[in-house]
Formats: sequence, C-alpha cells, structure tokens
Amino acid sequence: MARSMSLVRTGLSWWPALLLATLVLFAVFAPWIVPVDPDRQNLLGRLKPPGFEARGHVFWLGSDELGRDVLSRLIYGARVSISVAFLSVALSGVVGVSVGMLAGYLRGTVETVLMRLVDIFLSIPAILLAIITVAVLGPGFINVILVLALTRWPRYARVAYGQTLALADRPFVTLARAMGASTPRVLFTHILPNIAGPLLVVATLEFGLMVLFEAGLSFLGLGVQPPTASWGSMLSTGRSYVASAWWIATFAGLALFLLVLSANLIGDRLSDQIGKGR
Amino acid sequence: MSLLAIDDLAIGAGELSLVDGVSLSVEPGEVVALVGESGSGKSLTALSIMGLLADGLQRRRGSIHFDGADLTQLDDEQLRSLRGSELAMIFQEPVSSLNPLAPVGAQVAESLIVHGRASVDGANREAVEMLRRVGIPEPERRARQLPTELSGGMCQRVMIAAALISRPRLLIADEPTTALDVTIQAQILALMSELAEEANTAILLITHDMGVVAELADQVCVMYGGRVVEQAPVEALFAAPRHPYTSMLLKTIPRLDEEPKQELFAIKGNVPSPHDWPAGCRFRTRCDRAMEQCAERPFMSGQVHRVACHHALGGDL
Repeated sequence: MARSMSLVRTGLSWWPALLLATLVLFAVFAPWIVPVDPDRQNLLGRLKPPGFEARGHVFWLGSDELGRDVLSRLIYGARVSISVAFLSVALSGVVGVSVGMLAGYLRGTVETVLMRLVDIFLSIPAILLAIITVAVLGPGFINVILVLALTRWPRYARVAYGQTLALADRPFVTLARAMGASTPRVLFTHILPNIAGPLLVVATLEFGLMVLFEAGLSFLGLGVQPPTASWGSMLSTGRSYVASAWWIATFAGLALFLLVLSANLIGDRLSDQIGKGR
Repeated sequence: MSLLAIDDLAIGAGELSLVDGVSLSVEPGEVVALVGESGSGKSLTALSIMGLLADGLQRRRGSIHFDGADLTQLDDEQLRSLRGSELAMIFQEPVSSLNPLAPVGAQVAESLIVHGRASVDGANREAVEMLRRVGIPEPERRARQLPTELSGGMCQRVMIAAALISRPRLLIADEPTTALDVTIQAQILALMSELAEEANTAILLITHDMGVVAELADQVCVMYGGRVVEQAPVEALFAAPRHPYTSMLLKTIPRLDEEPKQELFAIKGNVPSPHDWPAGCRFRTRCDRAMEQCAERPFMSGQVHRVACHHALGGDL
C-alpha cells in the first residue's frame, strides 16, 4: 500500500499521465465534445486553414480535402487509436503472458514447443506479418486488433517466461505446491502478481508502439476504413496536401506524437520505479 | 501400521545417484529426526515424499507408503489432494518461503482454501485464530501484513501456522530453525512440537543440529552420502552410537563438562561429491576403522538399533 502510494507520488511526474488521461477522456466523450459531425462534408469549404469560419462554426484546426472539420476528426481518431492500442495490448498480453508462464513453469516439452514458436514469430518482421494477415483477413477494426495481437504476443511471452523461470524455483512457489495448490493457482495467485511489474512496463511501452502500428496500417490503407477517422489515414491523405494544407498531416502527427510520448514516458518511469523497488 | 514407510528409495540425476536405498518409517504422532551433513540426501528424501522433486531429479526405485497408499503410484491430482491436507511441509528460509505479495493471513488460509475445506471468510477467520495460537501478537492486524513487514521468527511462526492449520497427519520440517537467531530457535521448536502433539501430527524433522535432535526426536536416522547409516531410538543413539560416523558426529559437539581450551574435534576430510563416492561403505575414506571388507557395501542390520557397518562399535548386538 505504502509502496504503491509512493509510486504515484514520486514515480510518475504528473504531465504524461495527465496528457494520457486527457486524450482518453477526449476519446470516451468524443460525441459530446466535437464541434461538428466528423464525417460531415462541405465541398465548398475544402482545405481551409485553421480559424476558417463557415456554416456558423469555426474550423479551429482547419478542414480537410472533403471539407470535414480536422479537430472533430482528430478527436474521433483518438477513439480508434486508443481503443485499438488498448485492446491489442490486452489481447496480446493475455496470450503472451499465459504462454510465457506455462513455458517457464511446466518446462520440458511444453517449454520447447512454446518458446520455439515464440522464436519463429519474433523472427518474422512484425509489419510484414501484419500486412500479409490484413491482406488475407481484410481490413477493419477487429481485424487490426487481431493482427496486432498476433504479431506482438511473443514479446510478453519472452518477458513472462524469463520472470517465471526466475521465480519457479523460489521456496515460496514450492511451499505453495506443498500446500496443495494446483498449477493454475500457483501460476495466477502466486507467480503472476510477482511478475506483474515488469509486464506492466512492457505493456505500457507496447501501447505506444501499437498506436504507431495502427497508424501505420491505416496509413497504408489496411487499418480502419474510411470514412471512420483515424490518425494514420489522416496522415496518409494529409501527405498529398502537405504543401498547400499543412494542418491536416501536422495535427494528426502531433496527436500521435503526444499519445506515444506519454505512454513511453509512463513506461520508463514505471520501469525505473520497479528497478528501485528491487 | 506405520504412518509413513519409505522402502529402498533411490533418487538420481542423470548419471548421478544422490539417494541410494533409503528406508525409514514414521509412526503416528512420532518425531523422527533425519540427520546428516549438507548433501547427504535428507532434503531430497523429504521432497520426494511430497512429490516435489525439482526438474532433472528422478526417483529411481523404492516405494513411499503413506497411510497404506504408495505415494509413488499416485497421479498428480491424488498427490495434490494429500499435500496441504494430510502432508505438510515447513522450509528453512522463512522469509523467502512466503509469497512476498500476499498477506500472511491469506497464506495461512491457503491450504484450507485450495482443498475447499472452508469458505474464504471462514478460512481467514481460522487463519487469524491459528496466528494467535502460534503466538503472533495482534493477529487480526498482522494477518493483513506482508511477509516483509514481519521478522524472520514471525515468518517462521506463520509458516508453522500455515502447515498445521489443516491438522496434517505428517509434518515434514526441513531445517526449520537453521535460518533463525539462536535465541528464538528453542521457542520455535517448542511451539512446533507442542502444536503437532495437540493434533497428533507426526514430524519428520530434517536437521544437522544434534542438540535439536536430542530435544525433540523419538527416533533418529543418520544419513551419509545418500544412505541411511544408522537408525535408533534417540536415547540409544546418544548413549551408544554404533556407526563410526555417528560416533564422530556426536564427538564434534563441544561439551560443557569437558576440559576447556582443548582443540575441538572435527571429522577429517570432506564429504565426497556424488561424482566420486567410494565403492562399498561411503564413509570408509574418512573412517578410522575402515578395512578391506569395507569396500563391500554394508547393509542395515539389527532390530531396534539398526546400523550399516561391517565393524560397528559395541560389537554384535
């Protein structure tokens, strides 16, 4: 208790957490805070600079190639980025951690098979695997999450495996077994809480990476499909107009930058804090 | 019928033989001490009873009968149902043997919960009561603390509470006081034997401390090099040790009634590593009574006081 309090007080300087919280709030409450419908087109007001006023409202961050409000699209884009990143981290984390803990605890054939599988996945370039899988499954919100989870679970498996190996021979694990605890109970109530710290660090850093991956897939047209707003697709279309309408790509890039930066800073702080606690 | 009867147990790892033909028995409610130097195979013997041998170690032969059932023939699930209910264990390092992130009360309640003997609430109440019985002050408050907030002695009390809460028939205590301060060793031992006696729990006590043996044990098994070399009731063993190793082991204890300032007795040489145990009697390279005949393996003989030596002290009984 005392330790987790001090983690919040001294471990996280406030602003990355505040920034992340703000972006999450924007994403959650998007329908209530956007100035206009992000999909509403205004072909007469295409590619207008920030501050442009039309139809009774101000385009604070300008309008895009179809005259849609960039600010509204950015806010809706946060929904896609954050939910894809969160769900893919959750899915790949659950799969990877389970695989890693089983391999590290059961050893033997299970270990060999699972960890070689991990090696195989790690040896395939992640973005290539993602592109191929999306090409097969087809693009879309759910598929992007599945694809990201498929390419990223080995990272959690590696960490969980190493941590579990280090714990499996500790006396308290043997004692738990001597008390009659079953394998799932040993894994989930005795080992998992003790390896949660490093896994949380990996998950936080992966979150930032997943935001970028999603943007990358959307940039390539393999992510969520138009007209759904996504930072990656805004970057992609904004690229064509960067000389005449810099605001589209710039603000999308800035939003991405801030989200990834805050996730990574939180991850670094957590990692430092856990290092100190040991 | 014996509560626990180990017969001709052998444990090995790869080429190595680490425990070779150990036989011993524990009667209900009895305290049996398993004595020997580090590496003599006492902890391996204990872990194999629980079915918790580390990876890479295998039971090569022999049987372990507990309450009539051969533990070596049980499947994992059957063995697990005995662990924590009928069989309990206490380890040497009290602090690292407890989960650093679980409150001690929950760890005491663990065996009741995993065996479904009580609801979580009921188990936690019983755990607090058990903490009170092992002499932990303010058990309600302590039960919510983490092991790191308790001293080593307190943690050992917690482990004893966790082991005895389900009133097991056999408690295996692997050097329960080695890691503790001398001043609290006696308290912990007294507590353990008192609680075990109340529940009629037999104890297999693993130790290398002859003082502890004299204090608690009914029967003593002396191990050397993975074999039992002598087995006797505690009084008989201390009064008239028959194996040269036991005799030397007893001589190493400094005595208060002897001339002070004389050099302490030590057994010459080191325990040979399992890679180069001598053929025949494994103690013969350090034994002052060794002869040619000792190159043949001596087997245990005798009825009450059993010894494995061709030239046992005190002649043929």
